[in-house]
Amino acid sequence: MATVLFDGLAYGMLLFLIGVGLSVTMGMMNFVNLAHGVFAMLGGYVASIAMSTATLSFPVALLLGFASAAVAGAFLEYTLFRRLYGAHPLDQVLLSIGIVFVAIATATYLFGPTMQAFTAPSYLQGNVNAAGLSVGRYRVFLIVCGVLVISGLVLALNRTRLGARVRAAVDNRRVAQCTGIHVRRLFFLTFSFGCGLAGLGGALSLGMLGLDPFFPLKYMVEFLIVVGVGGAGTIVGPFIAALLIGMVDVAGKYFIPQAGAFLVYLVMIVGLLLRPNGLVARRGLLP
Amino acid sequence: MTSIQVSRKAVVALEVVFWLVLGSCYFFFPDRLSLLSQILIVGLFAVSLDIALGYAGILTVGHAAFFGAGAYSAGLLARYGWGEPLSGLLFAFLICVALGWLLSFLIVRGADLTRLMITIGVTVLLAEAASQLSSITGGTDGLQGVEVWPLLGVFRFDLFGRTAFVYSACVVLAVFVVVRRILESPFGLALQGIHDSPRRMQSIGSPVSSRLRGAYTISAGVAGIAGGLLAQTSQFVGIGTLSFERSAEVLIVLVLGGTGRLYGGLVGALVYMSIHEWFSDIDPQYWMFWLGMFLITVVLIGRGGVMGWLSRFVRVARP
Repeated sequence: MATVLFDGLAYGMLLFLIGVGLSVTMGMMNFVNLAHGVFAMLGGYVASIAMSTATLSFPVALLLGFASAAVAGAFLEYTLFRRLYGAHPLDQVLLSIGIVFVAIATATYLFGPTMQAFTAPSYLQGNVNAAGLSVGRYRVFLIVCGVLVISGLVLALNRTRLGARVRAAVDNRRVAQCTGIHVRRLFFLTFSFGCGLAGLGGALSLGMLGLDPFFPLKYMVEFLIVVGVGGAGTIVGPFIAALLIGMVDVAGKYFIPQAGAFLVYLVMIVGLLLRPNGLVARRGLLP
Repeated sequence: MTSIQVSRKAVVALEVVFWLVLGSCYFFFPDRLSLLSQILIVGLFAVSLDIALGYAGILTVGHAAFFGAGAYSAGLLARYGWGEPLSGLLFAFLICVALGWLLSFLIVRGADLTRLMITIGVTVLLAEAASQLSSITGGTDGLQGVEVWPLLGVFRFDLFGRTAFVYSACVVLAVFVVVRRILESPFGLALQGIHDSPRRMQSIGSPVSSRLRGAYTISAGVAGIAGGLLAQTSQFVGIGTLSFERSAEVLIVLVLGGTGRLYGGLVGALVYMSIHEWFSDIDPQYWMFWLGMFLITVVLIGRGGVMGWLSRFVRVARP
């Protein structure tokens, strides 16, 4: 039981890493972005290639995954997304579906339709025993990464000047702009950073979810659920939602295999019914 | 740019010509009848999406839920003993109306993001259900052994798809006429008002939520008919009828034809399916690539589709 919950926790951390950037996109710019998984996929492929072809070490590959996704995010924000802020949501949906399709086709062309092979470095293989509990090292590593990222984000948002600007822009874009915050540039930075985190999440998911060209489509709903149930524009909301979804999903699939896949959607529907604006309703990024 | 002024009567005449041309394809392309039936069905599906998306402005990327639900209801009914086509369609319609009505409460509650998630989520949920209940639905292999009885007890569904084409054409035309009537009624006008400004409609006393619910329910029912037609004419229901790709495809069809226009869905289906048929031998992956490119370009250049493009040249006189 505890092992299963632990697995769920690790899966939830992955969902959080990938979904948190989306939360900012949707919260700050009200942009409905279905293409967020593309950045995760990119990070995953870059990390995988870095390890297999360039024989770089795992941490370096993770960094590369982060960097490549951030750069790609910056590029797409500058060329495509930027034009559609404030546009009709249908346009945003169409654009992001288009990006997903192009990305899937390109990834299939470049890497083939099969799942990427991945072997974790030796220090992340096997199990650790702690308090009578045997858990996979990779899972522990994922959870450590997730905790580091969320604490870093919360600290940065609450303690730094940049974080204060981001909170202001999410709270009220117009007023923030009036006080002299360059919201567009701020958003450019946060969007790229969020994409980078997604890339990191994608690279980390190599050892847990596996990676194939349909990754952005397969997990699209999960990312959306994390943001929608958690509350767009917040950090803590998606974190709670991601952990909840991760644990419900893994536990459901383990204990009731027939109904396992439904539980996540059940959580989503109940969550949206009870709190239509998310667990943590948008009042800045502070909890 | 000079535009041609067209009177209302001429538009109605054009509509009649449109349908006559569609019908006469029966004689011109006797070896392409199954494709033509598919075009009609996808067209009807796109029309159903147009009611929700183009007219009422409900952002949904999960309309395949109703298409698939309709297909599976009609298919299962025919598979397990009752193969009468018209009542099968009615059954599919009723199931989808019920489903749409239930979902509409969730739909009107949330903002665009919530709507999007719920519509996608429900589609995935139904697809999961269809693949889990493989003993009834055939799972990922699809539902086989759908036996549809002769239409009206007389016309058998033949191998060449003649009956299927005439049947689909009649059903699609009938449903389309009803939809057209609904959209031109005060109810349809209210929907267009809500699409433009829900707040104003609320303040002039239009019950926005219940109008939206009504539109979503009708849209679900029409999508169910389209799905039922597909199941009956192809005598097979694949799990793909419930996929996200199917939802995205119908969205593309509608955008290609033009949203918020009566004929957008049908014209879009004609163009899309013809192009798809033309390039049918290329790898589906590349097809996906060009679809994606098309979507990005459409968004950047401007929406409106074929009908929007036409409307720049032709102006309909106000009565």
